[in-house]
Amino acid sequence: MADFQSLDIRRRSASTEVPPNIREATQIAKLIDVSRCIGCKACQAACMEWNDLREEEVGSFNGSYDNPADLSPATWTLMRFTEWEDPQGNLEWLIRKDGCMHCGDPGCLKACPSPGAIVQYQNGIVDFISENCIGCGYCIKGCPFNIPRLSQADQKVYKCTLCSDRVAVGQEPACAKACPTGAIAFGTKHDMTEWAGERIEDLKSRGFDQAGLYDPPGVGGTHVMYVLHHADKPSIYAGLPNDPHISRLVQAWKGVMKPIAMAGLAFTAVVGFVHWMVAGPNEVHPEDEAKGRDVLDRQDT
Amino acid sequence: MRQPPGTLARYTTAARINHWVTAACLILLALSGMALFHPSLFFLTALFGGGADTRAIHPWFGSVLLVSFALLFVRFVRHNLWERDDTRWMVAIRSVLANDEEHAPEVGRYNAGQKLVFWGMTVLILVLFASGLVIWDTYFFGATTIAQKRIAQLAHSLAAVAIIGVWIVHVYAALWVRGTVPAMTRGVVSAGWSWRHHRKWLRESAQRR
Repeated sequence: MADFQSLDIRRRSASTEVPPNIREATQIAKLIDVSRCIGCKACQAACMEWNDLREEEVGSFNGSYDNPADLSPATWTLMRFTEWEDPQGNLEWLIRKDGCMHCGDPGCLKACPSPGAIVQYQNGIVDFISENCIGCGYCIKGCPFNIPRLSQADQKVYKCTLCSDRVAVGQEPACAKACPTGAIAFGTKHDMTEWAGERIEDLKSRGFDQAGLYDPPGVGGTHVMYVLHHADKPSIYAGLPNDPHISRLVQAWKGVMKPIAMAGLAFTAVVGFVHWMVAGPNEVHPEDEAKGRDVLDRQDT
Repeated sequence: MRQPPGTLARYTTAARINHWVTAACLILLALSGMALFHPSLFFLTALFGGGADTRAIHPWFGSVLLVSFALLFVRFVRHNLWERDDTRWMVAIRSVLANDEEHAPEVGRYNAGQKLVFWGMTVLILVLFASGLVIWDTYFFGATTIAQKRIAQLAHSLAAVAIIGVWIVHVYAALWVRGTVPAMTRGVVSAGWSWRHHRKWLRESAQRR
């Protein structure tokens, strides 16, 4: 396998220094072909196994095949099952493997206040460096896909690492390794896009006119991509966002507001200093003192 | 308490302690909050034992501030009700800023600027506390949606910047108007200071003696 340079950093949270970028890095991607997924949850098991994660409690049945019911600090990937009726009234069982999308423009990283708690490697993996995580939960607000989860055990936030540790040594992610149907493929983003093209062509030939690749440009593309048989409506796949963006509220807070707020406060202080230079202190004069005492004395006598 | 001759009691000991507890909280909140607001100020987390401890303690400072400020509010609210003269005083703000208060209406216990600081602090502290609860994820993560948290997060940071601005005005005014600081440290002001800045209050206080 190619050297995916997973230790070179492209972006680092809350940091102004420019990371080294003279090396060309191959962009990687995981391609999840929803049409080939059989919902066996081998990927979930492999993820727990490789990352040494166990849910603390056995959950309860909530009327769906989703198990556990949601992503959590110990569940970094999750099969989400949707029973969908197409316009002709046919039932389709849509199964989507949910987890971090590894955005080209990561909202979590943008929101993070702790230097180096979230990094984006040159190969595209977005990784949480947990020792730097302060548990503020800002990444949760920054994420357009509702992925990071705050742990009550250690007040740190966790999510899929795209097995950055495996990728760094030339291995594919554990979920891709475990998938028995080849629904999860891993390689360069270029290769995965090409492979997705073949799959889409095949799906179209089988009557899925709207088959397509999910690589949303609103978040700078993603390093986890889906082949969807209904790419015209991603939201039917258990709420996959149709056109994900970093929330404008988060962008305002982490974008324009930072310099404007700092400049505004500095300006306020400078105005005070200039006022001091121009008008000077407002001193109590001896005649004020005399008149003031006069008022007091009149009352005393 | 015996007053030195020519001085007036402005703040009781309890009021002064109440004020400085609030002030300490506000400063600690500003330092820990700014640390998490701007990456260039993240180094301030070192004052609180690192990033995680800063994140953990910040809302507790806020909780103490809320209680402390509520007591200040009860103490001072009746002196801070807006009156017609306050509007006239604001109209004459230019001459006040030029250290000429003779052209502004006589002032009671608080002038219009002080009242605005009082109400600004009140409103902003309420906004900060309410929005702060929404983003206090350690305890209340499940209570609100992420969409609501995003609104709260922006509101919290905007209100925080505003209150630091109000605080700068408050501190500068106390330094600019000489003789003001002892009111809050020793609790007394001179007769001259009262004549110059709070003439109506001086007359009322003198009558009450």
